[in-house]
Amino acid sequence: MEKKKKVSEFSKHSAGDKAILLTGYIILGLFIVAIIVPMIYIILASFIDPVTLQNKGLTFDFSKWTITAYKRVLENKQIWVGFGNALLYSVLFTLISVVVTLLAAYPMSRADFKGKGFFNTLFVITMFFGGGLIPTYLLISKLGMLDTIWAILIPGAFSVWNMIIARTYYMGIPADLQEAAEVDGASEMLYFFKILLPVCTPIIATISMWQFVGMWNSYFDAMIYLNSASKQPLQLVLRSILIQSQPEPGMVSDMQSTAERAQLAELLKYATIIISSVPLLIMYPFFQKYFDNGIMAGAVKG
Amino acid sequence: MSKDKTLSVGKSRGVHNTLVYMRQHWQLYILFMMPAFLLTIIFRYIPMGGILIAFQEYNPIRGILGSEWVGFEHFSRFLSSPDFLRYLMNTLKLSIFGLLWGFPAPILLAFLLNRIISKGIKQKIQLVLYMPNFISVIVLCGIVRIMLAPTGMINMLLGTQTNFMTMPSAFRTIYIASGIWQGAGWASIIYTAALSNASKDLKEAAVIDGANIVQQIKAVEWPAIKDTVLIQFIMSVGNIMSIGFEKAYALQTDLNLNTSEIISTYVYKKGLLDGDYGFSTAVGLFNTIINVILLVSMNKIVQRMNEGKGI
Repeated sequence: MEKKKKVSEFSKHSAGDKAILLTGYIILGLFIVAIIVPMIYIILASFIDPVTLQNKGLTFDFSKWTITAYKRVLENKQIWVGFGNALLYSVLFTLISVVVTLLAAYPMSRADFKGKGFFNTLFVITMFFGGGLIPTYLLISKLGMLDTIWAILIPGAFSVWNMIIARTYYMGIPADLQEAAEVDGASEMLYFFKILLPVCTPIIATISMWQFVGMWNSYFDAMIYLNSASKQPLQLVLRSILIQSQPEPGMVSDMQSTAERAQLAELLKYATIIISSVPLLIMYPFFQKYFDNGIMAGAVKG
Repeated sequence: MSKDKTLSVGKSRGVHNTLVYMRQHWQLYILFMMPAFLLTIIFRYIPMGGILIAFQEYNPIRGILGSEWVGFEHFSRFLSSPDFLRYLMNTLKLSIFGLLWGFPAPILLAFLLNRIISKGIKQKIQLVLYMPNFISVIVLCGIVRIMLAPTGMINMLLGTQTNFMTMPSAFRTIYIASGIWQGAGWASIIYTAALSNASKDLKEAAVIDGANIVQQIKAVEWPAIKDTVLIQFIMSVGNIMSIGFEKAYALQTDLNLNTSEIISTYVYKKGLLDGDYGFSTAVGLFNTIINVILLVSMNKIVQRMNEGKGI
């Protein structure tokens, strides 16, 4: 049905337009193919016997297919430790960060708030200028936060950018709502939690999504601040498998020759990519309805 | 509630009013503002004080107050070293070429998406286009390394055995192309939204008037996204020197450092791996200052174009 409609629309165009449209559709098509093909390739390759994969590449001779890579990755403790830590850090970070940011955005959204200019300057400067890597690192170290979860959760908890977005959203809420609350004698706390926040769920969800995905996917802070293997988040575990080609000890150590170990290490990369991507891809459709909200909020000038 | 209306009658009166306001609205300061304020002071402003070590031979045991001052020695050491120009050029080239290729890509995608009539198909395409955005930097770089390995898919298609990851000449292409692969779809959302604001009636009128696609783009679609494009462009230019550490570092190999070593990765290696704190801080500060200059001048340009309104 849909196709028919499209074709008839298409035939309405002049010859020149048809050429432009066709070129456009081809570019779009190629882009989509470029996204999908590597994904399919990795899914397929993750099931193939390591020796065959290295010598022949993909094969549809199913006798060469195996789930050994998945078994080895999933049986390894470190990947689960990584998942657990990533989940813990992402949830806690999102919670802390969203609370701090939403709270700060409220006074900043009020026309009568005294000191707004001061706080605004104070915050905005940090968007452009900072101490840099080493001074920050030395501070974290002085505070005794090295190799603790706090080094990951606290320093970046307040996001000026997100505060501006939340503030802009609050300012779009009709002022009568607040006036009505004030007449009723509601305190600021009551108004904020009972009246303002409930009508701001779209923006809260959006900011939460950004913070969660951001923390889940990052590795730099964990790399510089955390040393213990037991505290490593998923991305650091993935980094040793995917980037440094050093699988966790238990994953390949039973293989006899170096060549076998190398081949297996290669195969493990494919399975690791799939396993690590599953959780976010499952959550993806849930996030999707907030995409447009978030983008619109981001488009509002600060 | 009339207390707020007597603003600026006299200075002492103003201060008095502020105090009255603060006492009445103490919750705003103590409960709402305090956490963000403390975090900003501690984790953003105190490290700014730590910049002093850029002018010191910093000794962690003696601290900032006890370390020896060396003035601009670290800066002159960095600026006069042969590496300086290379790292600066690597940083600039990576971000400028990244901008030149990466900036138009999402705009093009948005125009193309806008030409798809069926809503269902459009949504399915968008679902695919957005997906790579949710892959982490590490997994993206892992995929890139697998695809480009001597026995990887690209080499299989080409029938060669080139190791792209060890070629300095391939690094920028890999970095930028994978960036477009991952981010162009997601970045197109903002333009798609702006395009859907282009009045449908206006476009229909243009079609009835017999405008062809090029004319429609010129008259209807481009004006609809022009402002968004401008803002996005300015923000990207302002961020040229703050090009991310994570991806460059994850795509580095010992053999492609010639092009892949950028200022942020250099700062990390010098500072945290070699422990050369003062020098690393100086290099970082140099980077920040260039960035601030870029941002301020970009803002000036915008103000001039936008009749005094900056960002």
